[in-house]
Order: sequence, then C-alpha cells, then structure tokens
Amino acid sequence: MEALNLLMQGFSVLMTWKIMALMLVGLLLGVFVGVLPGLGGPNGVAILLPLTFTMDPTSAIVMLSCIYWGALFGGAITSILFNIPGEAWSVATTFDGYPMAQQGKAAEALTAAFTSSFIGSLVAVVLITFLAPMISSFALKFGPPEFFAVYLLTFCSFVGLGREDKHKTLISMALGLLLAAVGMDTVSGSLRMTFGTEVLMRGVNFLVAVIGLFGISEILLTMEERLALRGHSARIGLSTVLKVWRDLPKYWATLLRSSVIGCWLGITPGGAIAASFMGYNMAKRFSKDPSSFGKGRIEGVFAPETAAHASGTSALLPMLALGIPGSGTAAILLGGLMVWGLNPGPLLFVEHKDFVWGLIASMYLGNVVGLVIVLTTVPLFASILRVPFAAVAPMILVSCAIGAYAIQNAMFDVWLMLGFGVVGYVFKKIGIPLAPFTLALVLGNRSEDAFRLSMIGAGGDMRVFWSNGLVGTLTTLALVLLFWPLIGRLASAVRGPQKPLRA
Amino acid sequence: MSPSDSEIVVEDPGEPAEDSPALATNRSVERVAYVALVALALLLGYDNWKSGMGWASDGPQRGYLPFYLSLILGGAALWGLAGTFVARRPAAARSLDRTFITRAQLRRVLQVFLPTLLFVAATQWLGIYVASLLLVALFMRFIGRIAWWKCLVTSLVFAGVMFVVFDVAFDVIMPKGPIEALLGV
Repeated sequence: MEALNLLMQGFSVLMTWKIMALMLVGLLLGVFVGVLPGLGGPNGVAILLPLTFTMDPTSAIVMLSCIYWGALFGGAITSILFNIPGEAWSVATTFDGYPMAQQGKAAEALTAAFTSSFIGSLVAVVLITFLAPMISSFALKFGPPEFFAVYLLTFCSFVGLGREDKHKTLISMALGLLLAAVGMDTVSGSLRMTFGTEVLMRGVNFLVAVIGLFGISEILLTMEERLALRGHSARIGLSTVLKVWRDLPKYWATLLRSSVIGCWLGITPGGAIAASFMGYNMAKRFSKDPSSFGKGRIEGVFAPETAAHASGTSALLPMLALGIPGSGTAAILLGGLMVWGLNPGPLLFVEHKDFVWGLIASMYLGNVVGLVIVLTTVPLFASILRVPFAAVAPMILVSCAIGAYAIQNAMFDVWLMLGFGVVGYVFKKIGIPLAPFTLALVLGNRSEDAFRLSMIGAGGDMRVFWSNGLVGTLTTLALVLLFWPLIGRLASAVRGPQKPLRA
Repeated sequence: MSPSDSEIVVEDPGEPAEDSPALATNRSVERVAYVALVALALLLGYDNWKSGMGWASDGPQRGYLPFYLSLILGGAALWGLAGTFVARRPAAARSLDRTFITRAQLRRVLQVFLPTLLFVAATQWLGIYVASLLLVALFMRFIGRIAWWKCLVTSLVFAGVMFVVFDVAFDVIMPKGPIEALLGV
C-alpha cells in the first residue's frame, strides 16, 4: 500500500516538538474561537492566518487545520450547554443536545458530540488518504480545458443546487469573479478595472475580503442580538465517557449513514450545514421511535455531529486533489497555500509530498489530540462565555485589523476589510450567500487563466470544451447542473401534476 | 431565581428592546442593494468595454470575461430589483416584508461600527498597538460599563500580548506611531 507508506512518512514529518506544540496551540485556539459568540471556523482560520505567514508551509497548514478541527469541536459546546449554535452546522445538534443538558445529561451529550465528530472526521480522513492521491494522479493528465470544465462544474453546481434564490447566488458569484479580475491581468500583463488608482493595482486580496466578510460582519450581526445567555456548566468524568463509548456500537447504523452523507455533501459543494440537517432527519426517519427525537435522544446528537464533521473534513479532499475547495473554510486554507508559495492543484501530491502527507497525518493526529483536549477541558471553555462580549468584541476587531494589514502591509487593506464587513453584514441579512463569493474570489484568476489558455490552444474555438470524452462530460454535466431547477420543472410539467412527495 | 452552581448566566445590560420601532424592511434594503449592484455592474461593464471586450484571433481580449460577468451581475440584480416590486411566491413576499433592522438594533450596530472606524483612522496616526489599547479600554468602559481598572488591565495585557506575538515571536511588522518611537521599539 503506497498510501500507507506515504502516510507513515507524513507522521514522521509531524514528530518534532515544534509541530506538536503548534498543533496543540492551534487546537486550543480553535476550540476558543469555536466557543466565542460571533466567531467560528472560517472566521477563526481567516483571522489567525497571518500568524502563519512566516512559518514553513507544513507547520503553517498543521496549525491552521488544527484551528479548524478545534473550531468544529468547539461549536458543539455552546450548542449543547447554552442552546446557542456557535455555527450554522451545529443548529441540528441543539435539537437533542440542549434537552439532554436540561435533563442533567450534559456530560453524556458532550461526550456523544465529541466522539461522533471524531468518528465523522476519521471516516473522511481515511477517504482522503486513499482517494485524494488517486484523483490527483488522474488529474495530472488534465490540460487547461479540463481544468476549466472542472471549475465551471463547481460554479454551476453552486448556482443550480444551492438552496438560495438563484439570482442571489448569481450576484454573489459574479461579484466574486469580477473582484478577482481587478488589477493585473495575468495573461496579457495589462491592468483592468483599477480606475487609475494605485491601490487597486494589486487587486482585491482574497484574505482581506474574507476577514471583512466573515469576521467584521459577524461582530456586527452578533451585536444586534440579545447577548444575555443562560446555560449549564458541565464536567465530563471518565465513567461518563466510558459509558457513552460502550453504547456506541448500538448506533453503528446512524454513525455510518451520517458519515456517508457527510462525505458526499462535503466533496460536492453541499456543505456541512446541509449535511448536519440531513444526517439528523435521516436518523429520525429510520428510527423506530421518531417522536422521541427532539426530547433529548443521544442519537439526535450523534447523527448531525458525525455528518457535519465528515463533511467539514472531506471538503478538504477536492482542495488537496484538484485545488478546488469544497467549503468556505477550505477556500481560506487554499488562500493560505498561495500565501505560503504553494501552487494548489494535482501537482501538490508530486512536488510537495511532505506537505500533503504531513497535512493528512495531522488530520489523524489532530482529531485524536483534539478529542482528548475537549473531553478534559470543557469546564474551562464553557466559562469563557462568562467573559462579557464588550471585552471580546474589540479584541476580535483588533485581530481582524492586524490580520488584514499583515497580508500585504497595506493600510488600504484595513479600510477595504471594513468595507467588506459592511457588505457582508447587509448580504447576510438580505440572504445573498457568501460562500459562492468566497469560492469565486479564490478561483477567479485560475479559472480565467484556464479558459484563456484553452482558447489560445484551440485558436478561439469553443468546441474545445467538447473535444474529448472527459472534458465533454464535465462541461455537459456543468450545464445540466446549472439549469437543474429548470430541467426539474420541465420534467414535472411533462409528467403532469403529481401529488407532492411527503418529506 | 438564583442561578445554581451548575448554571452559567451572563447578563446583557444594553440589550436591544424587543418593541423598538422598525427602521427598514428587507424590501427597501434589497432595493438599495440591487440599485447599487446595477450601478457597479454598469461601471465595471463600461471599463471593460473600453479595455476591449471582443474576441481576438487568439481568443478573448482582457475585458471579455469581466464584461460578460458585469452583464450577469447587472442582469441578476435587475431581476432581484423587479422581484421586490412583484413578489411571486408568498414565502418571498414574507421575507421581503420582514424587518431589516430596528432602531435599537441600529444603535447597537453603530456602537460597535463607529468605534471600529475611529480605531482604523487612529491606527494611521498612533500605530496599531496604541490604537488597539484605546479601543479595547474605551469600548469595555463605555459600551460594556465594566470597572475602569479591569478595562485598563485587560487592554494593556491584550496590546502587550499582541505586540509580543506578532512583532517579536512571528516577525509580522505592524504599523507603529510616535509612542512606540518614544519607547524605542
């Protein structure tokens, strides 16, 4: 097994004191940002990214991905103890997690949540270990037309399959692609959309936009809400952990089902949010006693948490193998890769073996260490919520400003970040999704390059996108997904009126 | 009812009142946003049309893709704008009539946004560390109504930690002002 050998090599890369320490710091910071109101996975990763600018890529990605795992774990703490989902994907965890805490079973609920997160991530990491190298070696044969077709597929599936209003997704995506094109045009070397200003020549930096859109806007949104909260504190004893783990095999079907749902929705841009709800609903539907869900059933914690984490983790698969992020956070990690001077894409597996396998090995190790950390430190992190938001908010704002400045040492970027903060705030409130924007901004230049290189190669002939079986299939699939809602409506019109399916 | 040991209770002294009058509905904010987006699409579309949106012998010119993206952006925004006048589905109409923000909420948002604006402006004159010290201390004091000594200690420790982490440990150089110059760092 070549993958196993390489994985072992990856572990050996990790076994230095420095990387282990960074891992620990990353996990603790991650749980911290996961627990804090108004901060979460993507925001935390975006704000803390500047810390890693001067590190070597392997240390940097290990620390950042550990922040991500930590944030995933941390989200469950507030959902269960306070009925406040730290993240949209922990909403489903509150359905049964909070009732359990009210019944005095907070420790069981937390153990269940952490354990199932761990299992979900583990399944996804195993999938990455074996599938990512295969996909990337397959993708090595890709030329510009194939790459453009894959990018097109990603964009189209967002528009066609997203649950938001289509025009809102389109606005978000077109805006992202346009802003990505501001500044130097990489093919012709001339300037675009700079309006004669010097500051726009560098273009709109992806990370500046992300810090504003996710960090600043989240603070504004949080301030609008009632910040008073009341919840339970909990301490997890070893006996509780063992008790939950002994019962674990009983729920194998739920765990397996949720893992599969999560992995699938993570690789395709369905996302962790959809995965957690789907995991929960499926568990309810397959249960012998569906009415007991929502009243503190442990399966109602297992199902969404497993799915959310399987999805959050497997979103890294397309990022590693193809350079296409499957989620907002994966997009930010991809932005990080570029800052560290790596070129995302299938060549990563060939040119930066240490980096890739170090990252994959750190996913295993980070999840094990993370599980131990959260199980032992819950009381500590729950008490962070006692810190008034008036003290937390300015610190987060300062961290955002430092992060935005550090990327290019430019004061203009800090102002730009503020602007994106306001835009993000308004967009979130009127329902324009931010994920397509993020994805478009990070992939914009690369997809345009792929398009123009294929055009140059083919002498301006669009038929190049149907020139062989692979690229033709990808392009056609992309168009089908783009018009999926229309196709669905046409199909049902042809079949005639039907009784609506019962959900 | 007094909270028992197993409970964590956090009060929010300045919480926005539930019955505060609405300042704007989603409908009006969406209209403003769509008009702004159409204007942006026109501006960018014009700029790209000027820089060449045609098809040269070797494929698209540099303005080609951005020009058509501006068309998509403008078209989608116009579609949205039209939708705020003729809402087709009841669910869409309901979401348009929902309150965007109440007066009390706007007050709270400005309470955090205006200080941030001042902080960024101050960073240019005072450097980021002094500005952040001021932001944290004054925000905690005046928005959070926390005791002075706690505000001062917290802000000093925070600015200090930030300095050590970024400037010393990770070598990320931040903007500095006259006070750092005085201290010789």
